[in-house]
Amino acid sequence: MNQMKNFTKGFLKENPVFVLLLGMCPTLGVTSSAINGMGMGLATTFVLVMANFVVSLVKSGIPDKVRIPSFIVIIATFVTIVQLTMQAYLPSLYESLGLFIPLIVVNCIVLGRAEAFASKNTVWSSIVDGLGMGLGFTFALTLLGAVREFLGSGKVFGLTIYPEHYGSLIFVLAPGAFIALGYLIALINKLKKA
Amino acid sequence: MQYIIIIISAIFVNNIVLAQFLGICPFLGVSKKTSTAIGMAGAVAFVMTLATIVTYLIQYNILVPLNVAYLQTISFILVIAALVQLVEIILKKVSPALYQALGVFLPLITTNCAILGVAILTIQKDFNLMEGVVYAISTAIGFGLALVIFAGLREHLDLMNVPKGLKGTPIALITAGILAMAFMGFSGIV
Amino acid sequence: MMAKRESSFINMLVTLFAVTFIASASLGLVNEMTRDAIKKANIKAQEKAIASVLPKFDKLGKSLMVLPKDGPDSLELFPAYDAQGKEVGTAVKSYTNKGFSGHFTIMVGFKPDGTISGYEVLQHQETPGLGSKMGEWFRNKDKPKQDIIGKNPGKVNFHVSKDGGDIDAITAATISSRAFLDAVRRAYNTWKNESDGMSGSKTKNEAQTEGGNS
Repeated sequence: MNQMKNFTKGFLKENPVFVLLLGMCPTLGVTSSAINGMGMGLATTFVLVMANFVVSLVKSGIPDKVRIPSFIVIIATFVTIVQLTMQAYLPSLYESLGLFIPLIVVNCIVLGRAEAFASKNTVWSSIVDGLGMGLGFTFALTLLGAVREFLGSGKVFGLTIYPEHYGSLIFVLAPGAFIALGYLIALINKLKKA
Repeated sequence: MQYIIIIISAIFVNNIVLAQFLGICPFLGVSKKTSTAIGMAGAVAFVMTLATIVTYLIQYNILVPLNVAYLQTISFILVIAALVQLVEIILKKVSPALYQALGVFLPLITTNCAILGVAILTIQKDFNLMEGVVYAISTAIGFGLALVIFAGLREHLDLMNVPKGLKGTPIALITAGILAMAFMGFSGIV
Repeated sequence: MMAKRESSFINMLVTLFAVTFIASASLGLVNEMTRDAIKKANIKAQEKAIASVLPKFDKLGKSLMVLPKDGPDSLELFPAYDAQGKEVGTAVKSYTNKGFSGHFTIMVGFKPDGTISGYEVLQHQETPGLGSKMGEWFRNKDKPKQDIIGKNPGKVNFHVSKDGGDIDAITAATISSRAFLDAVRRAYNTWKNESDGMSGSKTKNEAQTEGGNS
């Protein structure tokens, strides 16, 4: 299989957020700023790659009927590792992502890739798939975070672009998340057709 | 009094879907018809309440005494997955009618982040068991409310003339955004 | 590739047992490795907050936990001294349960005369862009009506102006502002009580009548 194609499909053609519409909860929940979106994306990428790696490694040793529970345990293990490591070395990011870190466990992308890809493919292409999907997810979250931060508070990655009081606060709040994502998806649909 | 605050804030002010962004997948996935929305809401309410009770007992009777609170995520998700299976099996035996109504939604619930989210939040907010149960039930009601309102809106949306690029998910998300704005109006009541 | 293992009962049992065993063993290991770093990160964050809310000091005294009269959990007091052993102020870790999203914690510094030398929001879940502004709002030197630095909660009415107090609330975030002031008052009352108690209880409950949890 063409590894390059396998890697890049996550960015646009099969982007988990914009096209497959998976992992919506963290997408909307943590993207009040670009840096939060990126942190969440990278944490998810780590879990995706490691889970894909381990699942593809042990796939033949796991009986079919207990496949899903085994995958869940593997995923939950890596999520907890991320949780503990972040708490130790990036405490402020851990605070702002909060509840959504443990919730990576139930992110449909992770279980979805483990089940649909890693359990059928070789170790190497599973790692590439996890990395591609994860970075596609990170890209989507960072983009949405940057758009919301820009419209809401006039900043991108904390750098002021225009004075904050001209921003429309609604984009940092809950409704803005839905609306900004709606328009972004519409835009991506348009781009894909063109 | 404190129960009333928990109930109102969980249903309206901090609505699980529209303000906390949990359970978005079923919110977008099964909200095309009002009848399926009601079924999903019922199944979620059932599992959420049970899961909160069980995970609460596990947290304070197993994880905390053994000093292994870091196993919270892994044990909670396993318990929830097992619980969903168990509910499915029991329901099939005991009440085929209820199983008919809720059955198809049950497998989807394991990966519904609202369930795990509420279980963890109950611990984080330092609720006691009774408060946790009240919180879980009212959160489920909030989830159902958002889901049913949204399904109603989407049924109407199908008959509307939506610009081509916005058809499907984009317009659904924007509608959800406006609904979330409406729910923000409740923030004054507590 | 190996053949898939059959789903016999014994195979399933062994697999699940092995998977969970390896998972919990590796988590135990990671926990062991990160535990000290987490503790250190927490202490460092706390020390940074103490340093930023107090005037310059040379050493911290022993911290003490005090149960406030109007709340379920105790507050932590960190007295700080200069090189001569004179008290320069006390940092108080306080909390409120009245925030828009419930509980949040703050660190407030008091000079020995009761004026506020600084504050820091430690951990909160208030709405971004509204309640989350409390980190800057209450120390804006250009807006004396909302600035709390240099004010004494025993003399100034620490309630939002909407409730008849002297402090302007954050625009569109009255609930968060009320909660914030609630935490500051709790810190002040507890600190006042404690320091009066130690220096021979002179004007003990003076501050309570005005600043209580109304």
